[in-house]
Amino acid sequence: MSNRSAPAPTSVAAMYRALVGIGSICALLIVTAYLLTAPAIARNRAELLQQAIFAVLPGAETVRPMRRDAGGTIGPAAPGEEAAFHLGLDAGNRVVGVAIEASGMGYQDLIGLIYGYSPARGQLTGMRVLASRETPGLGDKIITDPVFVGSFAGLAVPLSQDGARVAHAVEAVPAGKRSQPWQFDAITGATISSRAVAGIITASTAQWAPLLHAQAGRLEGDTP
Amino acid sequence: MSATVPGPGSPADDLLRGLWRENPVFVQVLGMCPTLAVSNSALNALTMGLATAFVLCLSSLLISLLRHVVPREVRIASFILVIATFVTVVDYLIQAISLALHAALGAFISLIVVNCIILGRAEAFAARNGPLRSFLDGLGMGLGFTLALLCLGGVRELLGSGSLFGIGVFGSQFEPWTVMLLPSGGFFTLGAWLLAIAWWRRRREAGARVQEAN
Repeated sequence: MSNRSAPAPTSVAAMYRALVGIGSICALLIVTAYLLTAPAIARNRAELLQQAIFAVLPGAETVRPMRRDAGGTIGPAAPGEEAAFHLGLDAGNRVVGVAIEASGMGYQDLIGLIYGYSPARGQLTGMRVLASRETPGLGDKIITDPVFVGSFAGLAVPLSQDGARVAHAVEAVPAGKRSQPWQFDAITGATISSRAVAGIITASTAQWAPLLHAQAGRLEGDTP
Repeated sequence: MSATVPGPGSPADDLLRGLWRENPVFVQVLGMCPTLAVSNSALNALTMGLATAFVLCLSSLLISLLRHVVPREVRIASFILVIATFVTVVDYLIQAISLALHAALGAFISLIVVNCIILGRAEAFAARNGPLRSFLDGLGMGLGFTLALLCLGGVRELLGSGSLFGIGVFGSQFEPWTVMLLPSGGFFTLGAWLLAIAWWRRRREAGARVQEAN
């Protein structure tokens, strides 16, 4: 027979004290790590976005953050204000186009992307995926396949006669079946991801293209 | 969960045990979710392995330091709190180093919290041993986990992409086995490694028995 007695139950106060103490140590560690890494994370995010903006607006020399107010009127963003889109200007301060961020559901998770759009030409000028968790080796080709990524430059986003809506949605079609300027080749083996990209751009351009077309003068007027 | 019982051992034994003899993946078959999910490339495998090793070392150290002040009734909640803290720290660190790497590892960084290797070592070892031994145990298990992930990630990237750490190995004529990058490829590769290790161990044990008989 064992002569070891069962340990005495711990008081609620002791348990409470231990958990609060450990929680405080953990909170201190997390806040310290956050404070130490926040500048580097913010710098990495800004660099990634800047690189993507210039990649989707070929010819742009400078980029200006822009805002859209509740009434839909566009204009330059105030310092520190989050940009609704980015205006790209060439060396002569002429408008190259705008870079717009958009996101939507992909095969596995949300896909975040940025695309360039030229209101004057009614065309996309480029596209880059900023965030994606698509299948490695298949769906992630929306990031890595240069032919796919390059196919967005010059893709048409035609507006209706009155300019109030997009006349044709951007479409992903099977490779080799492209017959319209608003169509691009889907990636074989990543059809869902390709269609997701088309859907994200379609939804975003439906909102932005008529607005930017109607206020194209404001974009030009914002250049010095 | 097949947690090992820690016995009296030297610091070297604490460190080396997890590397091979009690390797968390190949011997204890723990932490299968990240093992299969992020071993689709050698770089992802290495990063996930090192991130897990970082969390293992530091959480084992802190849990060992706090072992006399944590009541038995709330020890699991305390361990999870400590582990989640170091996972959050490592998440920030990876984002500060490379956002591309962070994106490639996806949700699996956060899921280190529920990796049973870490909680297993906290409960089976760190809560019963001193800080130095617990740190070395965590380091050994973490490096063993990294080694196992690299074994899987290396094979899967070689066959699935024809490269290793992003550097082409087989040339442009190589037709990649895309299946190796998918979850099924993870299971195939893990199965092949477990089979090879079991075969090698049995052969070694049979050799030892023959030697003893002679």
